[in-house]
Amino acid sequence: MANDRKEIVRYTANQRLNHWLIALSFVLLAISGLALFHPALFWLSNLLGGGTWTRILHPFIGLVMFVSFALFALQLRRDNKITDDDKAWLKAVPKVISHQEEGVPEAGRYNGGQKLLFWSLIVLMIGLLLTGIVMWRAYFGFPVGLIRFSSLLHALFAFAIICAIIVHIYAGIWVKGSVRAMTRGTVSPGWAWKHHRKWYRKKMRDSTLK
Amino acid sequence: MTNHWVDIKNADIILIMGGNAAEAHPCGFKWVTEAKAHNNAKLIVVDPRFNRSASVADLYAPIRTGTDIVFLGGVIKYLIDNNKVQHEYVKNYTDLSFIVHEDFDFDNGIFSGYNEESRHYDKSSWDYQLDEKGKVITDPSLRHPHCVYQLLKKHYDRYTPEMVARVCGTPIPKFLQVCELLASTHTPDRAGTILYALGWTQHSTGSQIIRTGAMVQLLLGNIGIAGGGMNALRGHSNIQGLTDLGLMSNLLPGYLTLPEESEQDFDQYIARRAPKPLRENQLSYWQNYKRFHTSLTKAWWGEHARQENNYLYDFLPKLDKPYDMLQVYELMNQGKMNGYICQGFNPLAAAPNKAKIIKSLSQLKFMVIMDPLVTETSEFWRNAGESNDVDSADIQTEVFRLPTSCFAEEDGTLVNSGRWLQWHWKAAEPPGEAKTDIEIMATLYQHIRQLYEQEGGTFAEPVTQLSWPYANPYAPTAEELAKELNGHALRDLTDNRGNVIRKAGEQLAGFGEMRDDGSTLGGCWLYAGSWTQEGNMMARRDSSDPTGIGQTLNWAWAWPANRRVMYNRASCDSQGEPFDPRRSLIHWNGSKWTGADVPDFKADEAPGGGMGPFIMNPEGVARFFARGGMAEGPFPTHYEPFETPLGYNPLFKDNDKATSNPAARLFDDDKAEFGKVGEFPYVGTTYRLTEHFHYWSKHVLLNSIIQPEQFVEIGAELAKELRIDQGDMVRVSSNRGYIKARAVVTKRIRGLDIDGKRVHHIGIPIHWGFVGVTQPGFLANTLTPSVGDGNSQTPEFKSFLVNVEKV
Amino acid sequence: MASEAMDIKRRSATTTPSPSVRQSPVQGGGVAKLIDTSQCIGCKACQVACMEWNDLRDEVGHNVGVYDNPADLTENTWTLMRFAEHEKDDGDLEWLIRKDGCMHCEDPGCLKACPAPGAIVQHANGIVDFNQEHCIGCGYCVTGCPFDVPRISKTDKKAYKCNLCVDRVSVGQEPACVKTCPTGAIVFGSKDDMKQHAAERIADLQSRGYDNAGLYDPDGVGGTHVMYVLHHADKPQLYSGLPKAPTISGIVSLWKGPAKPIGVAAMVLTALVGAAHYIRNRPSEVTEADEQAAEEERNG
Repeated sequence: MANDRKEIVRYTANQRLNHWLIALSFVLLAISGLALFHPALFWLSNLLGGGTWTRILHPFIGLVMFVSFALFALQLRRDNKITDDDKAWLKAVPKVISHQEEGVPEAGRYNGGQKLLFWSLIVLMIGLLLTGIVMWRAYFGFPVGLIRFSSLLHALFAFAIICAIIVHIYAGIWVKGSVRAMTRGTVSPGWAWKHHRKWYRKKMRDSTLK
Repeated sequence: MTNHWVDIKNADIILIMGGNAAEAHPCGFKWVTEAKAHNNAKLIVVDPRFNRSASVADLYAPIRTGTDIVFLGGVIKYLIDNNKVQHEYVKNYTDLSFIVHEDFDFDNGIFSGYNEESRHYDKSSWDYQLDEKGKVITDPSLRHPHCVYQLLKKHYDRYTPEMVARVCGTPIPKFLQVCELLASTHTPDRAGTILYALGWTQHSTGSQIIRTGAMVQLLLGNIGIAGGGMNALRGHSNIQGLTDLGLMSNLLPGYLTLPEESEQDFDQYIARRAPKPLRENQLSYWQNYKRFHTSLTKAWWGEHARQENNYLYDFLPKLDKPYDMLQVYELMNQGKMNGYICQGFNPLAAAPNKAKIIKSLSQLKFMVIMDPLVTETSEFWRNAGESNDVDSADIQTEVFRLPTSCFAEEDGTLVNSGRWLQWHWKAAEPPGEAKTDIEIMATLYQHIRQLYEQEGGTFAEPVTQLSWPYANPYAPTAEELAKELNGHALRDLTDNRGNVIRKAGEQLAGFGEMRDDGSTLGGCWLYAGSWTQEGNMMARRDSSDPTGIGQTLNWAWAWPANRRVMYNRASCDSQGEPFDPRRSLIHWNGSKWTGADVPDFKADEAPGGGMGPFIMNPEGVARFFARGGMAEGPFPTHYEPFETPLGYNPLFKDNDKATSNPAARLFDDDKAEFGKVGEFPYVGTTYRLTEHFHYWSKHVLLNSIIQPEQFVEIGAELAKELRIDQGDMVRVSSNRGYIKARAVVTKRIRGLDIDGKRVHHIGIPIHWGFVGVTQPGFLANTLTPSVGDGNSQTPEFKSFLVNVEKV
Repeated sequence: MASEAMDIKRRSATTTPSPSVRQSPVQGGGVAKLIDTSQCIGCKACQVACMEWNDLRDEVGHNVGVYDNPADLTENTWTLMRFAEHEKDDGDLEWLIRKDGCMHCEDPGCLKACPAPGAIVQHANGIVDFNQEHCIGCGYCVTGCPFDVPRISKTDKKAYKCNLCVDRVSVGQEPACVKTCPTGAIVFGSKDDMKQHAAERIADLQSRGYDNAGLYDPDGVGGTHVMYVLHHADKPQLYSGLPKAPTISGIVSLWKGPAKPIGVAAMVLTALVGAAHYIRNRPSEVTEADEQAAEEERNG
């Protein structure tokens, strides 16, 4: 099979570690956030050691997620510049999800959808951080009107980020061969050729030059 | 109080002036609320500050501190000019028709008989003209130019609304509104009460301010009636008991008085205090003085007190001068007093001019402190930093601290402002080594007595012969003392028909049973009736009020004779019919006086006989003209505080003798420490806050939480001028020292226009010091001058000069 | 179980019925505390009684230039006198003193905002009570309150406020502040009785020239179980900022109202769309042809 083929490195070990830290933080945040958000989900707080621990941990985990994500985003920012091709790719999303690959622009390291997710996450994370700080009564004392507004925004951002991450996870599941990029760090040349052809070509060029 | 707390609910008009009942008496103030809510009463507050009482008042009028006589004098003038006088009342029950001595005069602020050098008056012209039978000459037409009415009218003629505005700073419309409301009570169907406290007493003219208030009430017919009266709200829970029991340097229990140096003769002593009636058929109740005095010395020296030794009159000290607290600290300061037992008193905090007190206490050889709490006085030698910057090494006074129990840790009684003696029961054991005051005093006495018995000494007998009949001589019980104060028969007492009315050993039913032949004993005649054969009357707790006007005669016991409203005979007209049947206190039922109160009258004296309702006065009526009763004159006159913001008396501008009270006692060192308005341009006035009690509650965490840190109140206008903001630290100084405190900048103190000059008050709450759990502070009396009222020597804490700076 | 736990009308963050078998003995609109500002002398006895009954001791603080002490409500100060100086148009002064504390709203914003089941309950008699054992310390109650009343403890991070002495009321006694008030400015009883008492007080005030005297029982929060008699009911703001028309903030209502189902629905829908897509469309797999194409391209 492909064992003899040369695998392509997509993420370094540190990046993978960071990703999973973000992922873990996100899950904990979603659990704790949902527990505080809706009475029907309050039971989720048990997973973090009860309501009080949920309240204590949630903002700290948020900070962890924000910092790790910030590091991750700094590293990936150059690969996430949105180009005209990306816009065309985004227009072709219906084709992508129904296996009609003709006419879909070739993607770089990230396709338009991934880039959109990337930038959405940045906006949402900053929004969550800022509104979260306003709500963090243990350490901050903001005017109640601002807290009220932030609380609503925090919830809206949270729905958005959860939905975005659901899409992200789903994409990882649906596009077979993606998960190992974040587990082993490598993808097969065929995966790279199929989904990120420009990136694949650049990789090939770079290795030839070496 | 002539009346009592509950009775306030019967008032139609309530004047709070010289006091701040809501602030200092919040529990008693409920009766003001009651009168407003259920009697449609109107509340008037006259005060330099818009205070807590003012916050619930219908009418507030500002006044410059220390000018109350001008204000009230203005009210008197208003009432006379507008004919708002209860005519039947003043005609029959006051001295308005009496003719005054022809030498009596008042000229430019000074009465006849003044001696500038001694600062004393020869009062011989301050009296009525008597006929050959020794009875007063009257002119019922009130036209005689020297009758009290004409003199009164003339005296207050200068107290016009314009003068009130000029001296007090009260806007004329506000003053007139106050007058109108007060005047509305001159009809028999309306009652007005005056509530006052230390805001009147703590002036160099304090007693005279109170007299002026009483005169207003007499003109309105408001004395002796339900909902009326002159009501002194006492500042300590048992200060009434203190004065009742004669704990003043010139008093004996029950307002009997100590003899003066000149009164070496017993009969002369008695005769001067037991005056014969000045009119026909008057009771002149003090004619019984000897009964009360004899019963007292029998209680003190028992079988040693006998008729042949004048019941040991010679054992009583004869005063060369009053020994009030100002005199005492002056003597200490001069090194003439070197030991001091300080019981339940914190003079370093509570007496004026702290620097002088420090100096005085430092000259003592020893001082014994008896108190439940740590007081500043007991630590006067401790350097507490800026607020008590003493050099401890220089102070050689040896201080002994004897911890005492507090009221809740002992049985006994407290006398409230309404003269009720309410028995209370011990609720807890005193902590640590604390003992009751009684036990400490008794033990001290036993030791002193033993020393005299063993070693002898000069004039030992008053000590060694003291009667001490208590089961445990080291710890008499409250019950034993209370029974002794009430008194009992030493022999069988008989009435004038020979029937035994009281067996030997039985408790007396009242002071009417006291005898002057040594057959009765009683420690305080006024308290006779408080513990009778029926038991402890003070412990009664029946709150039933059959007439609905608050006369709960079976709740505790009130002196005198369980009477709740003094002079209540004056609530009825001369025919014995109540002036106001809706709130009748007593009435004549055809054979005797009866009703909702204990009659303050001869029980079987039919109306129409001309006996006056003011039975303690030999004339039987109330006095507008005080005769020789007051130091500075028979009619109250305005004198400026000794530290005056004007420098002159606006009523007598060209007479500096009449600037401040001409008859007040002044010590040279105190006089030298008075400040002048140039250097100290603002008027300081001290007072209490609801959140604290005196200097005690700063030891209590709860009180400290709700009022934690010392502050002074500064009017917004002045604060702006001085660039002082809310919460700034400011330094308030007088010629005697300074304090530092937070600034409470408030609209509630406004600048007043006084005789063309803007005068600002600085409000100085007193409660802080250098011991306790509040934030530490300065003793407010660092600032106050050491000068007192001309009669009571109560210090002038309410008016003095200060400067204020932002720190 | 405490008897008062069986008469619960509403319970925070709870989607099932609360124990409510016990009938409240109080008829007539539940209980109510009526504070008559025109009879209040600001003596702070209520503050002390509250501290004593509830065993609370705030710190000995500082004077910040006003009579309000402590300077604000805290976890240890559940009630507080607030003093406001007001100059009337005619130049006369008024010192308006208001006892601040929980208003016990019929529609409590704190309860609405609270995410912890049972941390805030409303008893059948109208008392809104915090159960600190269930409190998680998030402070949402503060966000929900239109009167700025709950305070989060600096030490245990739980929310605290006046509970109208629910322990006393449940055994037939009045709250400690009512018991101690020396002037009778605070009274307690059924809400209907208190309204009647208030009407008498208002008539008295109107007879004394306070034409706008009235009862403060704001509709915006469904009425309150702590009511004020105000001399100036038309201007409650004069009383140290008592809100004129308090309601639960619209933002809080949105946050704790429609946002909940919409948000959950959005998330569930996203997941469902994914699942449906997966079922309807085979996953995108890399084929051998793709590998070969990649190989070819590499070798170029």
